[in-house]
Amino acid sequence: MKQSGSGKWNKYFVAGLFMTGLAVLLGIVGFFWTPYSTTEMSAAEKFAAPSMQHLFGTDNFGRDIFSRVMQGLGTTISISSLVVLCSGSVGILLGAVTGYFGGLLDEVVMRITDALNGFPSILLTLVIISVLGSGRQNVIISLGLVFVPSFVRIVRSEFIRLRDMDYIKRARLMGVGKLRILFVHILPNIFSVFWVSVMIGFNNAILAESGMSYLGIGVQPPDASLGKMLSDAQGYLQSAPWYALAPGLTIVWVVLGFSLFSEGIRRNQ
Amino acid sequence: MKTSFHRKKKLSGLLFVALLIMAVLGGCADGTGESSGDNSSKEPKGSVVVGIQQDIDSLDPHKATAAGTKEILFNIFEGLVKPDENGNLIGAVASDYTISEDGLIYTFTLRENVKFHNGNAVTAEDVKYSLERVSGLLDGTPLISTLSTIQAVDIVDEKTVQVTVGSANTELIYSFVAAIIPAGSGETTEATPVGTGPFSFVSYKPLEGIVLAKFADYWQEGLPYVEEVNFKIVNSADTALMELQGGTIDLYAYLTDSQAQALKDSHQVIASPSNVVQALFLNNAVAPLDDVRVRQAILYALDKEEINDFVGGGSGTLISSAMLPTLKDYYADLNDTYGTKANVDKAKELLADAGYSNGFDLEIAIPSNYEFHMQTGEVVVEQLKAVGINATIKAVEWGTWLDEVYNGRQYAATISGITCDMTPGYLLNRFQTTSKKNFINFANEEYDELYVKAQETLNLTEKAEYYKQLQKILCDEAGSAFLQVPANMTAINKELSGYKFYPIYVQDMSTVYFQK
Repeated sequence: MKQSGSGKWNKYFVAGLFMTGLAVLLGIVGFFWTPYSTTEMSAAEKFAAPSMQHLFGTDNFGRDIFSRVMQGLGTTISISSLVVLCSGSVGILLGAVTGYFGGLLDEVVMRITDALNGFPSILLTLVIISVLGSGRQNVIISLGLVFVPSFVRIVRSEFIRLRDMDYIKRARLMGVGKLRILFVHILPNIFSVFWVSVMIGFNNAILAESGMSYLGIGVQPPDASLGKMLSDAQGYLQSAPWYALAPGLTIVWVVLGFSLFSEGIRRNQ
Repeated sequence: MKTSFHRKKKLSGLLFVALLIMAVLGGCADGTGESSGDNSSKEPKGSVVVGIQQDIDSLDPHKATAAGTKEILFNIFEGLVKPDENGNLIGAVASDYTISEDGLIYTFTLRENVKFHNGNAVTAEDVKYSLERVSGLLDGTPLISTLSTIQAVDIVDEKTVQVTVGSANTELIYSFVAAIIPAGSGETTEATPVGTGPFSFVSYKPLEGIVLAKFADYWQEGLPYVEEVNFKIVNSADTALMELQGGTIDLYAYLTDSQAQALKDSHQVIASPSNVVQALFLNNAVAPLDDVRVRQAILYALDKEEINDFVGGGSGTLISSAMLPTLKDYYADLNDTYGTKANVDKAKELLADAGYSNGFDLEIAIPSNYEFHMQTGEVVVEQLKAVGINATIKAVEWGTWLDEVYNGRQYAATISGITCDMTPGYLLNRFQTTSKKNFINFANEEYDELYVKAQETLNLTEKAEYYKQLQKILCDEAGSAFLQVPANMTAINKELSGYKFYPIYVQDMSTVYFQK
């Protein structure tokens, strides 16, 4: 063991692992099982304050907020994972090709990513959603598209840095194929950097998804999503503060967890 | 390392966002108490801001169809007659009218000194033009269908106009609330509306709102009291609550039950019966809803009492057909037909009969700016689930809803409200097979025949009887799932007085004034 703050098990890594682990676990369990039904309503239990029966209390329809947070976590994390998976793969492909070969293709792709970056991301997703319509699938498509540029840039700059390294030059001289150089010799060496950007991208995706649900264009009710719960809770801030606090703090928890996690990964290199 | 700085910046950015979320949440809770506190000490002002829920569909008073537009245009335009707060008709542009015994000739005497906002006095020519425009005599397309029965508009003398109609109808007089506009202004009224109402049009910005100013030459002397009225579009109910608490809007008429509770200390909150019929509308032309058994199954599956409890705090009135219970003479209580509680067994049985024993998928399109309908949707989805119908909610913008659902009829089910004016037949009119407002595609020959009979008879008891039969057909055939007449919860700035509640969907700002 090395001292905390660096090394494999530094305190950021441990705290991050704990926070994200718990959130992901709750989310995954929420897919299969929740303590109460997430949609069943009960007039008798409207706005019950947090208690042992209902850890986070109940909402305006008498639904258990903890169960809905679990389901919302699952939804949010699964959407964010898919978004990062899609945009990450596209980012690696485009970044690798443009970074290694450069030239006209590089110019074209980079100008397109510049153009995409020129719009505030929320605006761009709103445009895409208004064309495709709201719903889970379209949220993934639109966010996936919006997140591509940041991955392309990171991958591309790493490829540019590595392509002129001696070991790559040597591989080229030995007649190693281009694809093999790209994906066998260079790619594994950028993972440490790429991994951190995936974590950050993941965080941004969670915030973006919550933001979209908050605006009512993401996952449609009665399915639970953290953003929609926040917006529903807004009207009851004074009478039932736990309704807003539960999804709000959950978002904070997840985002903070992933930030710490990525910081931990960076420090143990 | 260069990149490490970059990453740190991103990390702190995320933390910042997280903190921001908390700050926003915290901020709302703190800010409100204060701002409503110092609001009461402000100087009286001559400008009232009224929150409205949706954008305006047309500034042409003859073409506007949305109730949310008409409630505003009420302040700009007047017809020959206009409704008062008790639901009676009073003279407006006309000071008096007589109807011939056979019900075919209406004679209106125009009021002295009624002026348009452009300064010109209202002449018989203007009245003739306006009535010919709405009835379709001008270009063949009637703009207000009930007035298409007008055969001729004759100017008897400068102050008298005689209208001849094709068939007698005791309710037709209510249709003469149609706006009187200057002769020949039909083309320009959309851009620069000119009427005779208490307020004149100042400006309209799409998605923002509409500003009206006091019309100094209004014929009712002394009215209106305030200098300016700003109808501000507040798209979400949550924003409306915050704006009310923050004092940026003075009046808002469509509170949810929980909002009304939150505002009852800082504002005057008044509940009044609305003229809205809320329903889960079913498109009768779309499979599987084209099967009456399926529609009836949905009706049995719904628990109206629960819906009313959840979204209206129990303040709504449960209904089963398209008639306001407040129109006592014409209302038929049909709540026993399907019951107000869910009858899951009966619903399942009907579904099985229709060949849907495993249920089916149903998409419910709901205008997302109406929190009340959205919340109803969540309850409805849950209730339908119990009988095996897999319903999903599709939140749509108001404009899209009007285009696709209401006018385009491209939907399976929707939750919305239809409003009634003072004529009891108004709500039933739209369910005739060929009515252009029949957006549920209800088709029933007996209904059509009865409706015509109801319009023809001059005997009011007979008419009421026909209307009751019409309601029964609509209910038995399960045209749609009529749910409730919600109560209107209106929050008013405590400094404002004189707001009148109408039994119809209007916001009369002419009598409102600031105390002190």
